[in-house]
Amino acid sequence: MSENATLESLTQDTEEREPLTKKQIAADTPTWCPGCGDFSVLSIYYKLIQKRKIYHEKVTTVAGIGCSSRFPYFVQAHGVHYIHGRALSFATGVSLSRPDLHVFAFGGDGDAFSIGGNHFMHTARKNVKMTYVVMDNFVYGLTKKQTSPTSPIGFKSKTDNWGAFDRPINPMKLAISAGATFVARSSHTNPKHLLEMMDVAMDHDGFGFIECLSECTEFYKGAFDPTNPRKGGVFDLVPEDHDVTDEAAAYELASEDFPGKFGIFYKAQIPTKNALETGLQDTAKAKFEGKEDWEILQSTFNRMK
Amino acid sequence: MSQSAVNKDDSGKESQASDISEAIIRIAGNSQDGIQSIGGFLARLAGRSEQEVMTMMTIPSTISGGPSIFQVRLGTGDVLSPGDDADVLLAFYQHSYEGHVSNLREGGLIVYDSDHVEPNEEWLKKYRHIGIAISSLTVEAIGGTTRDKGKNIYALGLIGRMFNLDLEKLERLINERFAAKGENVVKPAMDAFQAGYRYHSDDITNLFNFKNGTVDRSNQVVMSGNEALAYGLIAAGVRFGAAYPITPWSDIMELLRRELPKYGGSFIQCEDEIASVSMAIGASYGGRVGVTGSSGPGISLKTEAIGWAVMAEIPLVIVDIQRGGPSTGMPTNVEQSDLNIACFGGHGDSPRVVLAAADVEDCFYTAIEAVNIARNFSVPVFLLSDQAIATRIEAFNEPDLKKLCQDLAPDLTPVQSHKPYDLETETGASHHRVPGTRIEDGRYPVVTGLEHDEWGHPSGSPETHKAMTQKRRNKLKALAKTLPIPEVYGPESGEVLVVGWGSTTGPLYEAVEKSADNGSAISALKLRHINPLPEGLEDIFSNFKRIYVVEMNDGGVYGYGQLASILRARFVDARIQGINKTDALRWKVWEIIDRVNERLSPDPALAND
Repeated sequence: MSENATLESLTQDTEEREPLTKKQIAADTPTWCPGCGDFSVLSIYYKLIQKRKIYHEKVTTVAGIGCSSRFPYFVQAHGVHYIHGRALSFATGVSLSRPDLHVFAFGGDGDAFSIGGNHFMHTARKNVKMTYVVMDNFVYGLTKKQTSPTSPIGFKSKTDNWGAFDRPINPMKLAISAGATFVARSSHTNPKHLLEMMDVAMDHDGFGFIECLSECTEFYKGAFDPTNPRKGGVFDLVPEDHDVTDEAAAYELASEDFPGKFGIFYKAQIPTKNALETGLQDTAKAKFEGKEDWEILQSTFNRMK
Repeated sequence: MSQSAVNKDDSGKESQASDISEAIIRIAGNSQDGIQSIGGFLARLAGRSEQEVMTMMTIPSTISGGPSIFQVRLGTGDVLSPGDDADVLLAFYQHSYEGHVSNLREGGLIVYDSDHVEPNEEWLKKYRHIGIAISSLTVEAIGGTTRDKGKNIYALGLIGRMFNLDLEKLERLINERFAAKGENVVKPAMDAFQAGYRYHSDDITNLFNFKNGTVDRSNQVVMSGNEALAYGLIAAGVRFGAAYPITPWSDIMELLRRELPKYGGSFIQCEDEIASVSMAIGASYGGRVGVTGSSGPGISLKTEAIGWAVMAEIPLVIVDIQRGGPSTGMPTNVEQSDLNIACFGGHGDSPRVVLAAADVEDCFYTAIEAVNIARNFSVPVFLLSDQAIATRIEAFNEPDLKKLCQDLAPDLTPVQSHKPYDLETETGASHHRVPGTRIEDGRYPVVTGLEHDEWGHPSGSPETHKAMTQKRRNKLKALAKTLPIPEVYGPESGEVLVVGWGSTTGPLYEAVEKSADNGSAISALKLRHINPLPEGLEDIFSNFKRIYVVEMNDGGVYGYGQLASILRARFVDARIQGINKTDALRWKVWEIIDRVNERLSPDPALAND
């Protein structure tokens, strides 16, 4: 297997290459509705790739199913449009077997917290190295306005005509309690902040999770106006004195009522699944130094004679 | 042990030693007695001597306690199946005695632990009984209070004596087995073994004598079907897998978790079956063939993701160790009822490859074949085994590992341009450039579960869907052309051809041998490639008047089992009939012969199942 990816190896190359232009990164024209929050997230992803001078082949973009999960088609990079809810499991397979790549996963709230809820918890607790951005719009958009796991109580959808009454999932609390090692919150209405979050998340050695509020103008218009100063709301940053390594403080921050705070809630440095698995391999391989694979297998077969 | 000759020695006095070419020994006790390790020793001994071996083992779902059996068939000729009725029953407890006596052939020998078993008056007349105080003699031999421990090794000694097995080799095996645990384990084990071997009674010494075999078996390895399958995957170059524990699949994932790191690989235990298959597909996308596996219920859960791999054209190996179903069903019993889900499970038209391993050795080679087909045709490949093959131990010729082992490191050579779903490839299969590959024209592929055009862009065009559906199907047709035509076992033409797959094959072959001895020859055909089928089967079928597909699954509403239905649909041949059973036990040879004879009987009442 290849050497572990460092951020340097993502940008360095044996030959000098010009950094990519936005035109080179952009692929298919997005199919989202006009005004969709996902446009901002996409353009910030382009900006991140440009800013970090990453080449096409060094990143892999994985998504599940949903409006936001169309993401990979719009990026000129190796990409995967997988099945509903399982993007993180797929991305784990790539991350663990290809340490030379940086894996980005994108998805929506249904993908992440409903059908994929189990995988969200386990990918977080295993601390698999990747960056996961959930574009949370509080509604099922692709299937045209059903209740989502993050729809607030009282939200009127086609499956809750009278207003939703199941309590929504709080993605930040879920991420912290599941053991995610980088937990941040941002909004499409503040692209500069989102870029900052993605930039830091990418440097995080572990599972980096960002909940990015991303408005569905078609089925939940105005949902995030309270976070948007231009619409009379407040974009309230995480207080400067917040200790990002304090899990309880992070949980308290996450418990605030909507619209809540934005920024890094929690950050911990623990070994990644990738590093632990590699460690296991290094120990196991050490006993067979200089041996070809067939010779290792032969030594096992010799004991079965 | 068919020929039970009574020999006379020089003095004219009768000795009991019979020359035998094979024996079926069943050992019954509780899980914690280490019954299976007796079988393991016998199996390994056989692998190092003139005897070929096949064993059958059942493991109750309980962790400790409860009945446990191990049946070993030792033979100096080709051992084709686990065998039908046992010649010898070694019973540790009353329940093992009572529960297994029905599996003993008439006139068979029962060796029982007289500390625990009270023989039944009626059975004393039907079977030969030898009572030995195994428990107390073991305690006596080892000393101390290690009650219940070492009984298995003592019993191994007894068996060694009864069958005149190679003492030196057995002692070496015991040493090897326990050496790592230190002298304080080796010594009591050796004491128990020698006490058993030296147990002296006219009843038990020199009962049987194995005839020397004719075949050189010096270069054999001994392992279970699940082990062979797992090592086959390693030899094939698989370095990543993911799964969730389920019986009887779990041993494979445990082995791969333990072994793969030596080769720089990983096997990941996931939160569920869906994550497992998805992670394996992710690794395949990353450039090496990923593997996942399960049994019954777990396979159902994986089907959506398998459909994605069909659509996106990503290689994948899915191992299914079949057990009794549906639902939780019978986790520790055998059945061949997952063929339909393997061939057709999932939504939409989703052509995939299905291979079935027929015995332990075949598990090793079929695993390699599955990986290569998955790679060459960018398609999910089901590798079917079953509980019976998974848990039994066989000796087989050592594979040439130097020649067979493959390196599947991904190729990251830059390319000028890449059309991920090119319609003009030779076989129809896509060959993806893996992530990390630089593509000079700057157009990077998205692999997708949406219907797509040649560039991987989502497409709703009727023409595209038609062309891509054909592409995914035609690559299986291309594969079919490369598959070897299976060989008929027995006469090339005749009245009856029995067709089978998986663990049914061994008993079928033995039925062919037995029926030849009885002058009513039948022939057998083993199918290893089930989807697609190899070409040329119709020519084989045309040489027989009747074709019976023998399976361990239900004949269903219309009277044909799962393989029979596929063959009938393929060949539209009314001669293809099903012989099925659903007792979740493996086929016995006499069952097959009886069921075929019933079909041949002019009495219509007998001809009905």
